[in-house]
Amino acid sequence: MSAVMAEQTWVEVGPIDSIPRLGARVLKRDGGDIAVFRNAEDEIFALLNRCPHKGGPLSEGIVYGRTVACPLHNLCMDLATGQAKAPDEGCATVFPVRIDGERVLVSLEQAAT
Amino acid sequence: MEKEKLVLVGNGMAGMRTIEELLKLEPDLYDITVFGAEPHPNYNRILLSPVLSGEKTIDEIMLNTRAWYDERGITLHTGDPVVDIDRKRRLVKSEQGLEVPYDRLILATGSYPFMIPVPGAELPGVMGYRDIADVDTMIATAREHERAVVIGGGLLGLEAAYGLQQQGMDVTVVHLLDSLMERQLDKPAAALLKASLESRGLRFLMEVQTAAILGSEGGAGRVERVRFKDGTEVPADLVVMAVGIRPNVELAKRAGLHCERGIVVDDTLLTYDPRIYAIGECVQHRGQCYGLVAPLFEQAKVCANHLAKLGYGRYEGSVTSTKLKVTGVDLFSAGNYLGGEDCEEILFQDPGAGVYKKLVIQDNKLTGAVLYGDTVDGAWFFQLMREGTDISGIREDLLFGQAHLGDAGHGGQTQAAAMSDDMQVCDCNGVCKGEIVRAITSKGLFTLDDVKAHTKASASCGSCTGLVEQILANTLGSDYSAPEAKPLCKCTDYTHDQVRAAIRDQHLTSIGQVFEALEWRQPDGCHVCRPALNYYLISTWPNETSDDGQSRFINERAHANIQKDGTYSVIPRIFGGETSPAQLRAIAAAAEKYDVRTVKITGGQRIDLLGLTKEQLPHIWKDLTDAGFVSGHAYGKALRTVKTCVGSEWCRFGVQNSTQMGIDLEELTWGSWTPHKFKMAVSGCPRNCAEATIKDFGVVAIESGWELHVGGNGGVKVRATDVLCRVETPEQVKEYCGAFMQVYREEARYLERTAPWVERVGIAYVRKRVVEDEVGRKALYKRFLESQKLAQVDPWKERAAGAEAHEFTPLKQANG
Ligand SMILES: Cc1cc2nc3c(=O)[nH]c(=O)nc-3n(C[C@H](O)[C@H](O)[C@H](O)COP(=O)(O)OP(=O)(O)OC[C@H]3O[C@@H](n4cnc5c(N)ncnc54)[C@H](O)[C@@H]3O)c2cc1C
Ligand code: HEM
Ligand code: SF4
Ligand code: FES
Repeated sequence: MSAVMAEQTWVEVGPIDSIPRLGARVLKRDGGDIAVFRNAEDEIFALLNRCPHKGGPLSEGIVYGRTVACPLHNLCMDLATGQAKAPDEGCATVFPVRIDGERVLVSLEQAAT
Repeated sequence: MEKEKLVLVGNGMAGMRTIEELLKLEPDLYDITVFGAEPHPNYNRILLSPVLSGEKTIDEIMLNTRAWYDERGITLHTGDPVVDIDRKRRLVKSEQGLEVPYDRLILATGSYPFMIPVPGAELPGVMGYRDIADVDTMIATAREHERAVVIGGGLLGLEAAYGLQQQGMDVTVVHLLDSLMERQLDKPAAALLKASLESRGLRFLMEVQTAAILGSEGGAGRVERVRFKDGTEVPADLVVMAVGIRPNVELAKRAGLHCERGIVVDDTLLTYDPRIYAIGECVQHRGQCYGLVAPLFEQAKVCANHLAKLGYGRYEGSVTSTKLKVTGVDLFSAGNYLGGEDCEEILFQDPGAGVYKKLVIQDNKLTGAVLYGDTVDGAWFFQLMREGTDISGIREDLLFGQAHLGDAGHGGQTQAAAMSDDMQVCDCNGVCKGEIVRAITSKGLFTLDDVKAHTKASASCGSCTGLVEQILANTLGSDYSAPEAKPLCKCTDYTHDQVRAAIRDQHLTSIGQVFEALEWRQPDGCHVCRPALNYYLISTWPNETSDDGQSRFINERAHANIQKDGTYSVIPRIFGGETSPAQLRAIAAAAEKYDVRTVKITGGQRIDLLGLTKEQLPHIWKDLTDAGFVSGHAYGKALRTVKTCVGSEWCRFGVQNSTQMGIDLEELTWGSWTPHKFKMAVSGCPRNCAEATIKDFGVVAIESGWELHVGGNGGVKVRATDVLCRVETPEQVKEYCGAFMQVYREEARYLERTAPWVERVGIAYVRKRVVEDEVGRKALYKRFLESQKLAQVDPWKERAAGAEAHEFTPLKQANG
């Protein structure tokens, strides 16, 4: 992926405080909504808002450490990699995130997996 | 009046089981005398192998101690076999010369090991395997000698071989056929078994026939070698013959009772002499002799039924199943495991993992099963076989077991949870799941040993131990699954109760403080502990803690029920289920305005609007709250509905105004957070149309006032309420209700409904707190009202007015 391409896909989603700590908000998108998470350490992560299990909205799950538990059946997903934690299985699509001062930016280009 | 005399010959498993079953039905009908040839009281013969292998002691396998006989006034003669029955004079004579008269006689003489009639079979060091004396001999031999040969590769032979090896002997198993346990296993399963036993160091000689046993000192001394037909020999200091058993019919034959292979009995276990019953391995019923305890125990029930003069029991034969009790080998076999013409087989084989399963099906019914390596579904298969269930609908999934049936939602359940109450858990003693569950809850059992003691489940061969443990765990809730209570979650070693005590005693008022004080292992906990802690904090310190939305499950955070497609449902509160045209119009208008996909009347007498997006929620809430509605909390661990009937206002049977009572209760209690959902109902008379007796708190109107019920629920495991007490006035109903809710809130564990909570603490305790202790009740009620002041703020109204807006709006709409 070229740097120029990548540059074009960054979307500013707002100040970091627009996302609740240990929570998430949704970035609406035609190609599928993106859940933007904030953990206790103010790290920001972005995943496609569809659980690999049965499509549950991950943005509604409980966040702890670097994990979100899906609200529908409690699949636990690593926020950084999108991988479900053992013994669960599955992988959610990850989107790159950048923090620029107070601003949070999410790339609409999926991270290479 | 003098009691009738009952004499039992044979102080073994079948005979004594009959006596136990009889005493359960008629403790005082007979004067009972028991004769046993062995010098011991009744013990569990099946567990001789674990004694031999050193995994159990003799004391551990005793079933009835001498004191047991004494306490029941049973005369016991041990070490004194009966040698004669005088049927004319109706008395038995023992070896030591006792003569005891009988009105009824039970023969339960068991069987003896068959000794192959080869030269040398009588040498010292050649023996069968049947009783405690045999085990003692084997253990003593193992101390002084090295090499053992077990003749017979069946169930008994393999257990003997394994036990002797555990005692340090070098063991060779000699088998006539080319496949082990041919009466229980097909060849592939037998091959897996053999490989597994070989890897533990047992040696096998297959397809060899014993010709002679040779002793030392020119043949007359102790056994030295075993010679086979083909002339080969193996050295042996001990030879155990385990090639089969023969019913012990000597005594019966001599007394002139009709015997074939065994003592012939009819479906009531009666022999040809109407005063004499026979039971156990010594009998032949419909041409069949049995060598396992499960069928014998079924016989015992029937025989006891007739001895107790009930006269309706019938024994019609048994399907048997087998499990091998060699530690580390999982093996199950039942019914027609070989298949044959008109049978179909379903097979699963994974030699790498050491798993083999075969099911034999005939006319859409399961008729046989062999499982090796993975036997968890044995009990289920056995049940399908015995009940002759038509399996055509589940055939595809049959082999994968019960857990695979049904929808994915049940995948996490354990096998025990999926069993129905009438499914048999312990095949030896014929104990069903329901009996175990009842014993656990009604007798307050916590450990496997308790359950064994009270129900006999898993007290015989022990194969069902795992299942019984699962049932214990399921019945008591996760906290009691093991003798030591389980930690709240993996972030801590403290239990629910310890954490809660710490919150109270150390005055902790935030999740962060709990983490610090109790040294939580993960800095912000997990999705299991955070909701529990949040609940404990707000219920313990309602005035000092703030609710942590991010620690709440989405439904409670968003104040609506998330649906499987990520949309939400909205259920406005309709107090007591009584509504009005104006309310209905407002709901209809909102449903139309927001294009609600489904409008559904719930079972809780209110209206569910389904299919709303999260963004729509505050808007529809505005419309609904403007029309006077508040949240129905259908999404919460909170008061749900108060279901009512029309009561005395309309109903010709009604004795009190149940609708108004329901409305009052709902107005009193709505908004309160509870450990789990909380449902109520009020019925206007004992006909109980509002189904108050399956609610957490149920009220049934009676002529003189109200009867209060607690601890019921519908659901997977229905529980009817316990009656708490009767009161006279609506004011009292409210006070008792609030006090009951408050104890539940303060003391039950998070996610524990009132039904399991009441079972755990006992209804007597609840009565003590809520009924008997008036001062305590009033204090509870006061605390309840106190916390309600803060709780009865409608979350919908707040959010409709803009609170928590971030929860309901997306960050942004992106293009692309
Ligand atoms: C080592 C071993 C392992 C086994 N494992 C299993 C297993 O895993 N599962 C299973 O289902 N079954 C197993 N069995 C079989 C089970 O133990 C028997 O089916 C059961 O004990 C038979 O009960 P019974 O009362 O008919 O006979 P017994 O339990 O043998 O009782 C008969 C009693 O009568 C006594 N007696 C005989 N004649 C007289 C007389 N004239 N006067 C007074 N007393 C007399 C005998 O000494 C004996 O004590 C095993 C058996 C053995 C030996
Ligand atoms: C055991 C598993 C159960 C689960 C998981 C469950 C779950 C639910 C859920 C999610 C709702 C809300 C539906 C919505 O979003 O509109 C609901 C409502 C309801 N359930 Fe259950 N339920 C269970 C068992 C039962 C049983 C056994 C009964 C009755 C005996 C029952 C009676 C009701 C009623 C009456 C409502 C409507 C409540 C209201 O009006 O607020 N539920 N249940
Ligand atoms: S419970 Fe009694 S009062 Fe209520 S509707 Fe039924 S019959 Fe009528
Ligand atoms: S949809 Fe996420 S766990 Fe089922």
